[in-house]
Amino acid sequence: MIELIGVSKHFGLHYALKDINLQVPTGQKLVIIGPSGSGKSTLIRCINMLEKPSAGQVIIDGVDITAHRAPVAKVRQEVAMVFQQFNLYPHKTVLENVSLAPIVVCGISKEEATESALKYLDRVGLAEKADQYPAQLSGGQQQRVAIARALNMHPKVMLFDEPTSALDPEMIQEVLEVIIGLAHSGITMLVVTHEMGFAKEAADRVIFIDDGSIIEDGTPEHFFENPQHDRTKLFLSKILR
Amino acid sequence: MPAFIENIAFLQEGPFAIPRWEALFTNIDVIWQGALVTLLVASLGLVLALVLGTVIGVMSTSHWKIPRAIARVYVEFFQNTPLLIQVFMLYNAIPLLYPGLFIPVIVIGIMGVGMYHGAYIGEVVRAGIQSIGRGQLEAALSQGFSYIGTMRYVIIPQAMRIVLPPLTNQAVNLIKNTSVIAIIAGGDLMYAGDSFAGRYGHYGPTYVVVGLIYFMMCFPLAVLTRRLEDRTRAA
Repeated sequence: MIELIGVSKHFGLHYALKDINLQVPTGQKLVIIGPSGSGKSTLIRCINMLEKPSAGQVIIDGVDITAHRAPVAKVRQEVAMVFQQFNLYPHKTVLENVSLAPIVVCGISKEEATESALKYLDRVGLAEKADQYPAQLSGGQQQRVAIARALNMHPKVMLFDEPTSALDPEMIQEVLEVIIGLAHSGITMLVVTHEMGFAKEAADRVIFIDDGSIIEDGTPEHFFENPQHDRTKLFLSKILR
Repeated sequence: MPAFIENIAFLQEGPFAIPRWEALFTNIDVIWQGALVTLLVASLGLVLALVLGTVIGVMSTSHWKIPRAIARVYVEFFQNTPLLIQVFMLYNAIPLLYPGLFIPVIVIGIMGVGMYHGAYIGEVVRAGIQSIGRGQLEAALSQGFSYIGTMRYVIIPQAMRIVLPPLTNQAVNLIKNTSVIAIIAGGDLMYAGDSFAGRYGHYGPTYVVVGLIYFMMCFPLAVLTRRLEDRTRAA
């Protein structure tokens, strides 16, 4: 269970998030939609403290990670993130990318971490690329490796920050298929995306953020067929032409 | 002796006269011994400079104020005072502060060039770390790496590839700068050359040969620097 209580974040005078209150039950697949600059990436980045909220609390499974001396690194091991720009480690092979943190951070034996890394690489369809370097892979393949890297931490929560926005159009589907596959597992997922088809297919719940506030919150059916807010309707009319 | 040499005036008398060359080459072992000391001081000094430079570089990019401030003071102090004075102070001030403590001159030399070039290498490492995109830091932190772990496993290995050319350049400067320990009777190449030349006034040939030996130590590193620069450009 993830709980945000009164979370605000400002950069100088600009408020990226204004008094956000949000509860995400364990296992939920939450899709976060909103225009660019609306604060949706900031929101997801507050959940693993890559952004430190200016005010409010972020509580993950009862641990307030915004508290002074909170065990942030420990919580991050269970809250994996997939980035827009993949952020694979370019000096490490694909296999090392996936197994590095389990070995170094979690103290898992190299054999065990390698075995599970190969299992997850197989799951994203890239086991045969294990010995290559990220630069030798296409964008879609890199992002699938990044997902395998996240999965090999055996996280309780997966955060996706616009995972397909940096991809060429023909590679978006291969990445979305992997994420949709994950959505059938019990893992809690928060996905910031512009892929409305994905939201319809995989989400339990959609929230719409505009100007730092959550202005729509409901099921995908509610969101796409019966939005309440004018700004949501305007956004959808632009995007679903 | 061929006749044409007898017609070359500067080989007959003056600082480059042939007897001076002969004297130098009969005593050349003294010079080689100095060269060995220089190699020893340079290699251990480089190890110290790399360790200090890495620590200082990481401290300068920390998001905590205190390590950043310490690194800043260190860098500014060692970059903005002459190495000669630093070595002199190490040699003369330590016995005053800790009477009875004996530090071999070679160790003082290693500390001197190591600390001095540690400051420069610290700046090189800082620039290297800052050239690595923020995404790498965030990826590692998001996986639960500590700040030090992030540096050790993710940032520094990537930064090292970028800073290798400026680092070899620092190594060249470090080798040449070991010559300042001559002022504390360091037994190095410069000191050996100086004391031999001073005894009989054979400065001409001695400085030519000593200069050549420094060149032989530094030139391969300079070539390496250029190769690494080409490789970095290609990557």
